[in-house]
Amino acid sequence: MVLLQRPHILLLLIGTHQFLQCWIAFGSVNEEGQKQEEFSEELLLKPLPDHKLLAHFHFQSSGPPSTSNGCHHHLFPKAISQLVQKFRIKEMELSFTKGRWNYESWGGFDPLSSSNAKPPGVELWAVFDVPQHHIDASWKNLTHTLSGLFCASINFLESTATYSTPEWSFPPASGNVRYGTLPCEAVCTENLTPWLKLLPCRDKAGIALLLDRPSLYRGFYHSQQLHLTSTGSSSEGIDSGIILEQTLTVVLQPNSEMAIEVHASEKHIQPSWSLSSIFGKQVSGRCVLAKPSSVYLLLDRGLSAANGLTSENFWSNPSFELSANPDRIFLEESSSHSKSLSILYMFQVEKYCESEPFDIGLMWKVPVAWLCQQTPLHASRFLMGSGNERAAIAISLKSTQFTEGFMSANSKDGSCELRVDVFQVVPWYVKVYFHSLRVFVDQQPRAVSDIIEKIHVSPSKDKMSPGVMEVVLKLPCRVNTAALTIEFDKGFLRIDEYLPDANQGFDIPSAIISFPNFHASMVFLEDDSLNKSPLLSKFQEKCPVMSYTEVLLVPLTTPDFSMPYNVITITCTVFALYFGSLLNVLQRRVAEEERFLKAKAAKKTGRLPLLLSKLSAKLRGSGINQN
Amino acid sequence: MEKVKKKIGSFSFWNWVTASIIFRLILIYFPKNLNLSSRPEVSTPLTSFRRLAEGYWLKQSFMSPYAGSMYHGSPLLLSLLGPLTINRIEGQPNHLLYSLVSVIADVVSAMLIRATGQNLRLAYLRSLESLDLVKQIEVSEFLFSGDIAALIYLCNPFTIVACVGLSTSPIENMAVILCLYGACSRLIPLAAFGWVIATHLSLYSAILIIPVIFLLGCGPDSPPRKLFLQRHQQKEVLNQSKLPPRFSWGPVIHFAFWAFLWSVYVLVLCGISLKQFGGLWEMFKSTYGFILTVEDLSPNIGVLWYFFAEVFEFFRNFFLIVFHVNILFMILPLAIRLRHRPCYLAFVYVAICSMLKSYPSVGDSALYLGLLGWFVNELADMQFSLFLFCGYVGVSLLSPVMHNLWIWRGTGNANFYFATAMVYACLQIVLVVEGVSAMLNHDRKLRNLITGKPQDAKS
Repeated sequence: MVLLQRPHILLLLIGTHQFLQCWIAFGSVNEEGQKQEEFSEELLLKPLPDHKLLAHFHFQSSGPPSTSNGCHHHLFPKAISQLVQKFRIKEMELSFTKGRWNYESWGGFDPLSSSNAKPPGVELWAVFDVPQHHIDASWKNLTHTLSGLFCASINFLESTATYSTPEWSFPPASGNVRYGTLPCEAVCTENLTPWLKLLPCRDKAGIALLLDRPSLYRGFYHSQQLHLTSTGSSSEGIDSGIILEQTLTVVLQPNSEMAIEVHASEKHIQPSWSLSSIFGKQVSGRCVLAKPSSVYLLLDRGLSAANGLTSENFWSNPSFELSANPDRIFLEESSSHSKSLSILYMFQVEKYCESEPFDIGLMWKVPVAWLCQQTPLHASRFLMGSGNERAAIAISLKSTQFTEGFMSANSKDGSCELRVDVFQVVPWYVKVYFHSLRVFVDQQPRAVSDIIEKIHVSPSKDKMSPGVMEVVLKLPCRVNTAALTIEFDKGFLRIDEYLPDANQGFDIPSAIISFPNFHASMVFLEDDSLNKSPLLSKFQEKCPVMSYTEVLLVPLTTPDFSMPYNVITITCTVFALYFGSLLNVLQRRVAEEERFLKAKAAKKTGRLPLLLSKLSAKLRGSGINQN
Repeated sequence: MEKVKKKIGSFSFWNWVTASIIFRLILIYFPKNLNLSSRPEVSTPLTSFRRLAEGYWLKQSFMSPYAGSMYHGSPLLLSLLGPLTINRIEGQPNHLLYSLVSVIADVVSAMLIRATGQNLRLAYLRSLESLDLVKQIEVSEFLFSGDIAALIYLCNPFTIVACVGLSTSPIENMAVILCLYGACSRLIPLAAFGWVIATHLSLYSAILIIPVIFLLGCGPDSPPRKLFLQRHQQKEVLNQSKLPPRFSWGPVIHFAFWAFLWSVYVLVLCGISLKQFGGLWEMFKSTYGFILTVEDLSPNIGVLWYFFAEVFEFFRNFFLIVFHVNILFMILPLAIRLRHRPCYLAFVYVAICSMLKSYPSVGDSALYLGLLGWFVNELADMQFSLFLFCGYVGVSLLSPVMHNLWIWRGTGNANFYFATAMVYACLQIVLVVEGVSAMLNHDRKLRNLITGKPQDAKS
């Protein structure tokens, strides 16, 4: 028995040993190559100059290449990884936005606003890793899948009349990108719930606990995004790792009751707030699956300058009081653009638990006023003209305080130029006359070729494709205002092409104005621990500065929707009138001539044949009667 | 006495011509072109000046002029007239050169109409002479139909509006008139050229080949051949020289040859100009295809735009076929009944096309109203002429008002405008039907004069 058993034990021993070895090796690979699934949750709070508060939730899940552990995932949402594999998406961004980002008071130059300010409604762009002729099919399937995943009508983006192929002005420029927007899509909690489902803790634990629906949707701006990047190249057969960033940016108005209590006399003081006062909830510990789980408070450059905070005295803050002590304070690396620096207070949620929930409050002591950093030029877009026949789109660019600073910095060399890219998609029923493009600089009409460096146009085809205009403007730095105008005719649609609420009008999606010479980034000192924070490492990336213009509402004339039968019958009657009366006139003579010929024949042949014919007629008539 | 009368007539003719030209030139100088170039009555998707400019811009930026759904005209027009859309003289309105081209086209058309009208009048007098009816019908009271037609064409508000409104219809009309003039004066290459260009510019002119063949085969309008035979039977002498010629195939074959030559030439030119942008197929798809499928539903003075905006998608193809076949169905009966009057047949065809075409404009109406002037003598007994005149005036005043109410003020709705379009269509129908009937009655009257029957035997 023993002898018989021994080899088994031996085998078992060897087997376990080998397994252990493998396991250890596997584990080490995981540690070295950073191939474990990771999840992080972060919240960034930022006071805004107009008495509002920006809250930016950032959840990031990274899925390793699926070959390492089959198609199973611990944390990463399976639906997303299947999506990426099926449609071979390189990069994708989907955003649901309600409200409009106020570039003038909320800023447009920092990484936060340039990547999180989105046009109202749904915006979707995706870069595919498939051959050119398969892209449209992939896009169609993707829109349908996403509309199922997020309970939204993204599937309306499937028809070729709604999406476009930006050539070079859209930032992730490559031939495989598709871009589509639905400006009139209503965003609500039914879109948020499936988005929360992708988080491992949903909104049951961790920072996501703060996502209280009524307080979120009460805000001034609400943008919920999903950004997918699949690293590595799946075309080489190696399955890629996926990084899924889910962000939610809200701009809220803190209740100013506390401020009134403290400083009743001071009306201009910023309202004080705390997490519990704005969200009605507190964070009771982190989501156990989240690796870094932290809350940041960002004081941007303008604010820290207004507070008199410099690199020396940033620990003592004279104008406000924090209800919790920050775990760390980061200071921005000094840059050439401005003297003042942003300050970031970091709070780690790990330290708090159910019995001692995390709540941070900010109490202002003295009124402060500051300005956010703005885009080089402030862009706005409007319609010109009246009536329902034709109109014109105007994009106006106005210089901001930034341009002045930029100009003074670069005034040494006289030939200073400001490059502005404009990307505009117009639906086909807005029939744009591209030859009517006019450029005005400082209210003076200028030759198009002087200002426009490059232009790419793909005109719209009726019911087939939208019109796309990509323009690169080279403006002098000293420009105060610049404007582009382009005329269009309003189209007339068939009755079944109108939306249910036809008299509301049709939307022209936002134009994207980007400034390729400028990059917004925030680099913080002491970046040894920053590597772990996906939010801060994202801030360090150089992202292009761009802004979206307003959505335009174009009223189109409507036919009478109750008339189809009347129109069909009346028109057909007129056509019948034409046909019948003309034919009658043409053949009238034939009848007359017949009569004439008959009379002639009767005269010539005399009475006998006439009698015969009468007789035969009578016979025939009687025959019918008999039958 | 006669000579003096003629002199006075021709003198006032030239006065009227200069007056109409000066009137056009004054209108051209108005700022912003009186906004006529964007009126739906003037510029259809096929004839719009702005679309021409857009097509030219696209071509200049190395794109196919048919890339968007903007331009639907001929590539030749683009090469010839395109540069005029941007070339400008300092201190002058932008569209000045193009307007001058339209004015010249109008004047040339009027002169060709005049020449053709005189030709027709001579032919008519000759045939009356050979029928010995000169005494019964007071020839001395005959109007100079050529002058009248030319003046109708030049002074018609529709023509003026189409000319000043920078539409391409003056040029299309000129091609049609060139074709008829060539056929009447037996300049076969010219007739073939006019026909090919007219067909190239707007598909509907293709059916003018039937009147042109009759014109070339048997000569200009005359009473039916049977009447001549009857007359000669009565007189018991058969004078072959006084009979109208029988149908001769020679000129027709000659015409076919030239038409073939010209169309090959035109196609080669188009092919060259569209070589890098998808070639001829692209051109046919977005010119003829666009005409036949009625894709653009912007309002015009026709009825099809509203019909196809309202009709259910399922029946769209059916009705497209029905409406186009409506034109084709009438070709044969008209050709049989009016074969002895090819110019009148051409007029009826032009009128029917401008009534039933997918994107009609006032320029088309101007053409057939001008051609109507050729037949003032024959159509003297036409019924409803006052009613028609008042109807035309009323519709052309009401239609802009309704359009304004609907589009600009938003107080009316589409049905208001459609109603005027409907009335306009009815007026044209009455004009065509009454015109054909009057011409047939005229022939009947001639026959009755020959056979000596009383007048009241008609109909």
